[in-house]
Amino acid sequence: MIPAPADALEQRAAEWLQQQRYWKDWSPADQAALDAWLEESPNHAVAYWRLAGGLDRTERLAALRPRRAHAVSGFFSALWPVLPKLVAAFAAASVLGGGALVMLNGPHYRDDGLQTYSTGLGGHQIITLADGSQIELNTDTRLRAEITAHRRFVTLERGEAFFQIVHDEKRPFVVQAGGQRITDLGTQFLARRETGRLEVDLVEGKARVDTTGQNARSALLLPGDRAIATANELSVTKKAPHKLQEQLGWRRGVIVFDNATLADAAAELNRYNQQKIVIVGSGVGQLTLNATLPANNVGLFVRSARTLFNLQVENRGNEIVISR
Amino acid sequence: MNKSPDNGREGEGMRGKPMPSGAQGLAGWFIGEVLPLEPILMQFLHRNWRNQSDIVDLRQEVYARVWSAARKELPQHTKRFVLTTARNLIINRLRDEHVVPIEVIADVDALGAAMDAPGVDQAVIARDELRRLQGALDQLPPRCREAVVLAHVEGLAGHEIAQRMNISRPTVSVHLAQGLRALTSIMYGEDVAREKKP
Repeated sequence: MIPAPADALEQRAAEWLQQQRYWKDWSPADQAALDAWLEESPNHAVAYWRLAGGLDRTERLAALRPRRAHAVSGFFSALWPVLPKLVAAFAAASVLGGGALVMLNGPHYRDDGLQTYSTGLGGHQIITLADGSQIELNTDTRLRAEITAHRRFVTLERGEAFFQIVHDEKRPFVVQAGGQRITDLGTQFLARRETGRLEVDLVEGKARVDTTGQNARSALLLPGDRAIATANELSVTKKAPHKLQEQLGWRRGVIVFDNATLADAAAELNRYNQQKIVIVGSGVGQLTLNATLPANNVGLFVRSARTLFNLQVENRGNEIVISR
Repeated sequence: MNKSPDNGREGEGMRGKPMPSGAQGLAGWFIGEVLPLEPILMQFLHRNWRNQSDIVDLRQEVYARVWSAARKELPQHTKRFVLTTARNLIINRLRDEHVVPIEVIADVDALGAAMDAPGVDQAVIARDELRRLQGALDQLPPRCREAVVLAHVEGLAGHEIAQRMNISRPTVSVHLAQGLRALTSIMYGEDVAREKKP
């Protein structure tokens, strides 16, 4: 008898194991079916138990898991899967189901429709505007939205936000940040305002970025384009799709570090948390790491860094100092 | 009246065994004592079998033979038993080619002794595993990695991952199965075994 190739067996075993361990609807009947499959052949049993052993080991690497002790973050992370869905569903309903609503209410844009939205450190908020467009605010962000029957204008005063714009040819959606301006042409994009500059990553559709300084420039962005605009400069580069997804990690509550230096990673984490990470000593900030970590968990970041690089950590209340 | 006995039983059921009793002990032995030997086993196979594309099949067959034998009786010395099984398998296969390298026969004891050497720090192992795990995650395709991270870092269940990533259940399953396979290879040191190959 020729045994099934190990590769096919492993795939089959992986399918069983993921059904059993990751889903909540595993039933006694499923278990009986799995038991029967395991009994069928020692080849089945060893392929399955090898993966089960690998999964156990993975789970034991506790440093990669957030502490559930943070009751608040646990609560919010439990809510997260639901919240964006609800908002999205609501937005979709107000756009698609708009026919009936419009009949009843008519388009109802207040002419003084000026609203201010903001988040604190570590904050994260999704807002749906009167036109159905959605803005997702990252940490420490403040913006003003003016949505009227004639114009849609958002001022990004500080911070970072992800925009999903419902296109309307008659009312272009404009985001102003200092001397720079983004005009949507039906689009999803990420805008991040730093001192003196604006970074824009285009996910879907088209948008135009204009600088309004002395040498006014303009660029048309397509999906995957990243524009960096300062008062007098405007540059556009291409970004790999997975890079972009990583940069949008905050929408899921995580930060993705891809070959980031410890210094950059700390600066990024400090955007989200009161307790600031301070890196001391030559060369420490230049260590690089790859990690996906919850944005609000300074402790986990620090523990991971300590484990990976053998560093000293000192907690001083407002600061956590990392050194050799 | 109805509730309390049910609850009690459910509580026990939660801890219930994924395998019928008896087999659980075998699985526990296999995970606890056989699988940690995988780096040595792979090193042995790599060194003694020319066609590297057969290695994973050989490993599978060694495990299946070990499992069948242990079902009757657990061996006293697991490491010796696993390596001897591997050696015999290779000798049987090579016999068809009328070649038996002497190294195969000598190697079992040499490898066994080397692994008895004391002093591998558990902390070093954990750090090494963590680094390898990170490496394994980085090698996964982005969507697969995202699903694995949601499952293991954020502790989400399958349907929550589907919602969060806005993908179907079968797609989540594909990602998670792929992730399981990749992580397991790393956890049992596949890359390490390859590096040591002469």
